[in-house]
Amino acid sequence: MTMSGWLRLEALGLNENGARLLNPVNLTLTAGRTAILGANGAGKSTLLRLLHGLLRPSEGRLIWPTPLSQGMVFQRPAMLRATVLANVEYGLKIRGVESAERRRRAAAALAQVGLGDFAKRPARRLSGGEQQHVALARVWALEPQVLFLDEPTASLDPASSREVERIIGDIAAAGARIVMSSHNLGQARRLAEEVIFIDHGAVLEQTPAAEFFKQPGSEAARRFLRDEMP
Amino acid sequence: MQEFAASLALAAHLVSAGDARLAGIVSLSLGVSLGATLLACALGMPLGAWLAIGRFPGRHTLIVAFNALMGLPSVVAGLFLYLLLSRAGPLGGLGLLFTPTAIVIAQTFLIAPLIVALTRQLIEDAWQEYREQLRSLGARRTRAVATLLWDGRFSLSIVGLAGFGRAIAEVGAVMIVGGNIDGVTRVMTTTIALETSKGDLPLALALSLILIALVMGVNLFAALLRAWAARRWG
Repeated sequence: MTMSGWLRLEALGLNENGARLLNPVNLTLTAGRTAILGANGAGKSTLLRLLHGLLRPSEGRLIWPTPLSQGMVFQRPAMLRATVLANVEYGLKIRGVESAERRRRAAAALAQVGLGDFAKRPARRLSGGEQQHVALARVWALEPQVLFLDEPTASLDPASSREVERIIGDIAAAGARIVMSSHNLGQARRLAEEVIFIDHGAVLEQTPAAEFFKQPGSEAARRFLRDEMP
Repeated sequence: MQEFAASLALAAHLVSAGDARLAGIVSLSLGVSLGATLLACALGMPLGAWLAIGRFPGRHTLIVAFNALMGLPSVVAGLFLYLLLSRAGPLGGLGLLFTPTAIVIAQTFLIAPLIVALTRQLIEDAWQEYREQLRSLGARRTRAVATLLWDGRFSLSIVGLAGFGRAIAEVGAVMIVGGNIDGVTRVMTTTIALETSKGDLPLALALSLILIALVMGVNLFAALLRAWAARRWG
């Protein structure tokens, strides 16, 4: 995987009803695994949604030097009233993947997240942690080149969180670039190569993870680390 | 009280003996109300979904209009349709007045706003929950609407049942556009009204018993379906 700038943000910003949700920012994403850190309401989700194209920027632009396929995992996965397998097949179906191949890929993705035996279960009847696994399988089946994750473990218990973290690591190892927001510092430290720190709608730093956790560049980040550290 | 008891006994006899006249009225009622329900769902559900998800000028006005139509008095709707369908009216040439088809149209007209409003609410809530997820997975708007309609299939069935319950209990408009003609457009509700005013209580009571049983049965079925769907699919 080439590491030279797979996504560039040029003065990308978002205003909504007169409120600044994201100050215009210039960034170049090069790392394979990036964590977006910041307090609640700092704008982590907004930034992710802009990157994924769910929100339209009110200024500036996103530049994908080579178009990459993307997927996203949300804090609360939305499961359809259908079986687990049907949920995982959904994105493939939209892409016109033919049914036998679809089934094969969905089943493989489920096996990879450890839910091989759950194919026939109704998805919405699963626990939150299991549903997040299904969401990961659903996106993994699409083999995205970039995976955005918005606080994927925020509403999970520690055991499920660790499992989800392992799967994210596996997806990264399979070659996908990962951009994940989190306020779990331990998780960010384990997963990320690079940290983007955001505070009150402003991106304050983009720093290699090891450096960020040792010596953050901004005062706000130092305060954030101090407050979040156990 | 004694007369009531005697009438009730006679009514029970009519029901249990499967009286032909009674059966004819019941089956006509079921037929037209089922037709009206299917028609109202076919028109109202896509429209409701469109109102839920579409963004176009006048959308809000349309939503308010459909909500207002829910409160339209049945006899007023009946009069309006009567004017449309009567020989001198704009649709008079179709010769539909005083036919079962006219009843289907009247009931459709009366329950469609209910179906539109309930569907819109349902799909709007679902859209709120699924919008980003579906877009992220690559679903365009048309696909998303289809997905939401399928995902809401149980709730939408219950909406349909509510419509059916209202259609079969409808009397004012049905009386006006159907004309309550014996053997042709006489349904349960209009027969009950007529026979009661004539003093023929056994038939009116027999029909009332069946109507109550039907409406309660529909509601019970809706409740069971809701419980089953929640248990099975969440």
